[in-house]
Amino acid sequence: MDPVAAKYIGAGIACIGMGGAGVGVGIIFGSYLAAALRNPSAAQGQFGNLIFGFAITEALGIFSLLIALLLLFGL
Amino acid sequence: MQIDPIHQFQIHDMVPMMKLAGREIAFTNSALFMLIIVVGVSALMIGASAPRAVVPGRLQSIAELSYEFVANTVRSSAGTEGMKFFPFVFTLFMFVLFANLIGLIPYSFTVTSQIIITAALALTVFLIVVVYGFWRNGLHFLNLFVPKGVPKVILPAIVFIEVLSFLSRPVSHSVRLFANMLAGHITLQVFAGFIIMLAGAGVLGWFGAVLPFAMVVALTALELLVAFLQAYVFAILTCIYLNDAIHPGH
Repeated sequence: MDPVAAKYIGAGIACIGMGGAGVGVGIIFGSYLAAALRNPSAAQGQFGNLIFGFAITEALGIFSLLIALLLLFGL
Repeated sequence: MQIDPIHQFQIHDMVPMMKLAGREIAFTNSALFMLIIVVGVSALMIGASAPRAVVPGRLQSIAELSYEFVANTVRSSAGTEGMKFFPFVFTLFMFVLFANLIGLIPYSFTVTSQIIITAALALTVFLIVVVYGFWRNGLHFLNLFVPKGVPKVILPAIVFIEVLSFLSRPVSHSVRLFANMLAGHITLQVFAGFIIMLAGAGVLGWFGAVLPFAMVVALTALELLVAFLQAYVFAILTCIYLNDAIHPGH
């Protein structure tokens, strides 16, 4: 196979990993919203945890995006 | 028409200054925008707090709100002891926030879309955590890697995972900010390219170009949220890492 074509296919495959991060971020915000509607008074105190969990989950998706960007422009 | 979405991240030399070990040292557009950010943050904070009014005006309210916001974040995630790091966290937050917001202005340069800038910031945080952790707790700082109440059999594996996750912190800390800014600006550029391509196709294309234009407006609003959120995430992660240095052990 042409190496350039393989590079582009690899970048596309690497982006699949971001789907998992998308599911994870959705679960985090969905769970937060569900819990916040049940107990609105406690919601504000958990905002920091929400953002922290979001950041940790998002990082994994960002890693796969980074691999895709490295394949496209870096290597 | 060829549109290069990566072109906006190029660094140009503006004022060549000197040669050091065969490398050109120059005043670049990146340096110019960092200077603008520092001047902007300084002007906002010093200028706004100069009147010291009991009833704050608009500018003073912005300064007070950002101070309170970051102070609450530090207090809630690193404890009152963490407040000695407040100036550091506040500087990081304001720098990243201004870099992200100024980068949203068309034709400007996003400093935080350069991995070297975010890596330098994240490594600073990492080194402060390591040095302060050992200085304050001595070898007890290593308790961070040994969670309590774990069965002896799986302890080596847990310690290995904890060390690995600790070492990958500066990577994820820097790459998160960099990749978010990079991806956001590339997306904006690609959709802006669609407008030009469609509008170049004739009168019918002008009506078609309304769709990507609306998308660009919506994406700009989203990027404004991301710009603030990423600055906040950067600050809160700094607080959480500093908390490990102040209170090691799970």
